[in-house]
Amino acid sequence: MNSETAGKSLAYEKPKLINDNKFHFCPGCNYGIIIRLIASVLEEMKLTDKTIGLVSAGCYVQTPWYMDVDFVAALHGRAPAVATGIRRVHPDAFMFCMQGDGDLGAIGMGHFMNAMMRGERWTTIFLNNACYGQTRGQMAPTTLLGMRTTTTQDGRDAEKTGYPLHVAELAATMKGVVYAARCCVNTPANYAKAKKMLKTAFQKQLDGPGMSILELLSACPSNWGLPPKEALAFLTENMIAEYPLGEYKNVEPKIDV
Amino acid sequence: MAKGEITINEEYCKGCELCVEFCPKGCIEMSTEKYNSRGLLMPVFAKPEECTGCTTCGFMCPDAAIVVYRFDKDKTPVSED
Amino acid sequence: MAETILSTGNEAVGHGALYSGCKYFFGYPITPQNAIPEFMSREMFKAGGSYVQAECETAAINMVFGAAAAGARCMTSTSSPGIALMGEGLGGISASELPAVVVDVVRMGPGWGTVQQGQTDYRLLTKGGGNGGYRCISLAPASVQEVFEFMQTAFYLADKYRIIVYVVSDYILGEMAERLELKTLEFDPLPSKDWAVRGKGNNGGTHNTIVPAVGNIEGGIPGYHLHQDKKYKTIEREEVRYQTYQTEDADLIMVAYGSSARISHEVMKQLRADGVKAGLFRPISLWPFPIEQLRELAEGDVRLITVEDSQGQLVEDVEFAAQGKAPVDLIGVWARDLPTPSGVLTPDNVYQEVKKII
Repeated sequence: MNSETAGKSLAYEKPKLINDNKFHFCPGCNYGIIIRLIASVLEEMKLTDKTIGLVSAGCYVQTPWYMDVDFVAALHGRAPAVATGIRRVHPDAFMFCMQGDGDLGAIGMGHFMNAMMRGERWTTIFLNNACYGQTRGQMAPTTLLGMRTTTTQDGRDAEKTGYPLHVAELAATMKGVVYAARCCVNTPANYAKAKKMLKTAFQKQLDGPGMSILELLSACPSNWGLPPKEALAFLTENMIAEYPLGEYKNVEPKIDV
Repeated sequence: MAKGEITINEEYCKGCELCVEFCPKGCIEMSTEKYNSRGLLMPVFAKPEECTGCTTCGFMCPDAAIVVYRFDKDKTPVSED
Repeated sequence: MAETILSTGNEAVGHGALYSGCKYFFGYPITPQNAIPEFMSREMFKAGGSYVQAECETAAINMVFGAAAAGARCMTSTSSPGIALMGEGLGGISASELPAVVVDVVRMGPGWGTVQQGQTDYRLLTKGGGNGGYRCISLAPASVQEVFEFMQTAFYLADKYRIIVYVVSDYILGEMAERLELKTLEFDPLPSKDWAVRGKGNNGGTHNTIVPAVGNIEGGIPGYHLHQDKKYKTIEREEVRYQTYQTEDADLIMVAYGSSARISHEVMKQLRADGVKAGLFRPISLWPFPIEQLRELAEGDVRLITVEDSQGQLVEDVEFAAQGKAPVDLIGVWARDLPTPSGVLTPDNVYQEVKKII
């Protein structure tokens, strides 16, 4: 279908790296946009031949079925540890590590902190949808105060569950981290910003040691109980207010002693 | 005059309406009687003459259902952003 | 002539790994195996590989998962509580059929247990530590030389069957020192690891996906389990290892592995001196357990006495093998010389216990 018929040329189709499997994500889920964003940057930066992607437990664990690069799926929370093992064996591989908010911020926090402490060289793509999507919407470390989930049915209450976790800011404090930023794909403009940040993050990994992290806020219509359009509006009004977009760290990747 | 056009893969589309939301020219509208094999109401390219081929609907569609073309008269390369 | 050195059991793990071409070690401090990561933190880099001190054993086994998925020979070592923490990761490695070597320098459990001698991991190491009922090969050396050699065998078997292989040492074996002849063992050639991840550009353009789940191969879930079961049956048929000592004319056979086998060998000699026809059956592969071989002995007119430094775990497999054809007795932790953590089974105590039985 993408052959150029008379009088018109192709302006946009999904990246070649994305195969023809239908996405299983819920209608309006931002993950479908995000994995194509990743694929398009991998293609533009000519990284696909040496890419090893990591996914962990969450809706995005299906990404290997849609994106034709090497993938390893890690047990819930363990992706930073699995990636450490891969990185030692393949120092020249290009690696990105997709993790959700429960995966990275709850069960995997110890592994994530220590990977940052070790200055592990890969790009963490942190998908923040403020709930456990795959398990149908429980509270996650990044659930907003007052936000209803299946385990905070009267709205998240700080007294019982503490406060939302800010990963990009946290990562920026770690010496082993050379780039930490947050964006989202809720508007075409933010899509463009996210793409620019992802390119920067990927370039850091090519330039030298240290972890680069891009946190992407992502709407989860099914578990937020909102139709896709309103889920995006919720993200714009509430998520961005709690999780300001922007670059929190951007230093030259080198051993800094 | 239309500068571009789109196709919608109805087996990929889940009727989430985001393309309708993001098209800057309102070219896409939700049909009220067209369903895909999964019984989901489909968006339709209702105002083709307004389309500028800006590709927003393409990269903002969560299911990669939309392919965007641009008519040859307008040869200026437009990056994906 | 291969070089001979004086080495502890723990250091022999390190030498064995080097002689197997293993260049990646991921571990965590836990007594009584600390000499292993300490050895590795020096030697792995020298060998052109890497050592990582993980943040916990759960991380260590998942690093092994990653390095194995990347197609490298890799290992971890720990002690009993660490194996418990690794249960989920071991299951993940088994589900994706990745080869890995895991050394368990056993200490008495459960829980903290003690930081010293014990053989209370038998059930864990032979019946699976995590969910899903996966199998791991378990090799039990009884000398520093065997620790060194079984490391090489373990890496070979891990690659041959794409399975986890335990090398089961313990506090005594790990800390004691003996002569060690550093020789390279020969093995049959192994298939290439084209299933590993290395970037599709380095794999002829085909991309690989490794997932610690069930059902990702032809035949889905039934296919997966039938495939694994076929592999386990092959291992049970072809990889059983054991050793017998004077069992031909014995009417009393002790059954013991690892350091308890050394102790039992002493007791056997004392009993023979008393004119008792005593023998020793030493399982070397705890899984696959030498059921047929032990059953054959049980069918003779013998009495079986299991000697193990635990509350009785090996004895279950001995009873299973004997199937009532021979009486089975147990000499366990009560034969230790001290009730405190530093107690050990001693030849004299075990000898007294045997005399009570016969």
